[in-house]
Amino acid sequence: MSNSLYGPLPDVAEDAGYTDAPERRGFFTDTSVCIGCKACEVACKEWNAVPDDGFALTGMSYDNTGALGASTWRHVAFVEQTRPRQVGDGSDTRWLMASDVCKHCTHAACLDVCPTGALIRTEFATVVVQSDVCNGCAYCVSACPYGVIDRREDDGRAWKCTLCYDRIGDGLEPACAKACPTDSIQYGPLDELRERARTRLDALHEEGVTEARLYGEDDGDGVGGAGAFFLLLDEPEVYGLPPDPVVTTRDLPAMWKWAGGAALALAGGVALSFLGRR
Amino acid sequence: MVPRAEFRSYYGRPILKKPRWKAPHMPGYLYLGGLSGASSTMAALADATGRPRLALTGRITAAAAGTAGAGLLVAELGRPERFLNMLRVFKPTSPMSVGSWILAGQGGFTMAAAASAVTGIAPGLGRAAGAAAAVTGPLVATYTGVLLADTAVPAWHEAYRHLPLLFAGSSLASGGAAGMIATPRGEAGPARRMALLGAGLELAAAGALERGVGLHEHPELIAEPYRTGRAGALLRAGRALTVAGAIGAVAASRSRAAGVVAGLALTGGALCTRFAVLYAGHASAEGPKYTVVPQRERRTVA
Repeated sequence: MSNSLYGPLPDVAEDAGYTDAPERRGFFTDTSVCIGCKACEVACKEWNAVPDDGFALTGMSYDNTGALGASTWRHVAFVEQTRPRQVGDGSDTRWLMASDVCKHCTHAACLDVCPTGALIRTEFATVVVQSDVCNGCAYCVSACPYGVIDRREDDGRAWKCTLCYDRIGDGLEPACAKACPTDSIQYGPLDELRERARTRLDALHEEGVTEARLYGEDDGDGVGGAGAFFLLLDEPEVYGLPPDPVVTTRDLPAMWKWAGGAALALAGGVALSFLGRR
Repeated sequence: MVPRAEFRSYYGRPILKKPRWKAPHMPGYLYLGGLSGASSTMAALADATGRPRLALTGRITAAAAGTAGAGLLVAELGRPERFLNMLRVFKPTSPMSVGSWILAGQGGFTMAAAASAVTGIAPGLGRAAGAAAAVTGPLVATYTGVLLADTAVPAWHEAYRHLPLLFAGSSLASGGAAGMIATPRGEAGPARRMALLGAGLELAAAGALERGVGLHEHPELIAEPYRTGRAGALLRAGRALTVAGAIGAVAASRSRAAGVVAGLALTGGALCTRFAVLYAGHASAEGPKYTVVPQRERRTVA
């Protein structure tokens, strides 16, 4: 079993110790056909029995959910942009809608830093919290470069999208993908999804939608590629996504070197202090 | 002065989650773990060089601070009753898992050494435990730098070189402070020198962090949370206290009272430093510019 912290990983489940694992599963969220209906948010809540995440109005847009969190495993972002447009129907306003979700990273920082083993890699190469093991240390919360996972303060444990582990094991698709009326959320073997996404991207580019781009599909990126990737129509940060996330454990060997040096400095400092006679 | 960063965001909302680690638990633990670590090493050397009062001070401080620090860690968990799950696996990729095992060793060794020193039972075993704690001590004091740096929080992650050295210096000063406070002048010489060395390292590391010296990407921007707001004020207060404590440590060779005052000032300085680091992390995670600007530039350059 290799122990790679960074870079492309051809077989994620095998790296985690599975033999004869099924194909890696994931989501392709094509935001160009998202209509912002939030059926995914509702379906996720219902299937997974996720408690409410507050009934506040954000006052900023049609998005009153705000962000992913312990009790929000799908979040539909809503962006209203006004800018001069070169082509189109004369309108200078466009709406961007995108359903965000846990990325199920190839190198998942949350999983790497979890001290109890509560966070695990499944045979589908997804990342799941075992809530009966989690002791609520909240390390994963600060480690996730996307700000996905969070701790529910009333029950003390960390929660996030499971990619419907209980459904996909039975051959069903995750609740959000099932409920999506426009197939903006597509579930399946990751390789197939990536192929489909490239075809879709080419089609959009041919239609003149040059701003279309894929996000999280590249094995060479900072998390070794995401299990849940996206087609976006603007820069990732416009949707609240980090432009170039890196798994924090990439630098772990260097960090320990510096800590080891500091420990030696501390021990040396104490020893030095005992050199005098008084 | 950092130029206004140009960046786009989702309604100015943070990308990262604000760390759930909070005051006083996390900074209190950082301080107490550091105090325990430096004290256990000090105790072992005091014992070996024939300074019984300093050794006793170190043994008791190491055990008490380690226990209190572990208590704060448990209290900070979302499910404190499951704290033992920390020891159900050993996970090298998790600094918290590695740290839990180090802390478990430190706790056991320092308790045994202190119990033996206080009761006089099994002095040989107590001395061996004390020697073991002299090794785990520096690790307890500095692994916390990795603990914080192994996160997505820019002010913590990018400071992975600074934080262990900052904590090493601060811990050295804290251990010296405890020695000066609780030990007669004649035996406290090493404690005074520890305080001075530690204060110097703490001031140097904190100064570098504030100015962004040694940070790779966008040093001024990433270091901004250490200069501004609550963290900035605490770091400046900590510096004043640490400087005062260092001066007091010099005077302490002539006056026990000066030693006590210097010890209290250094302790205050060490606490300010730890609280500042926590609040800098909060501010860093909550400002989308700290996440977006360096990452956007990487994308543009690539």
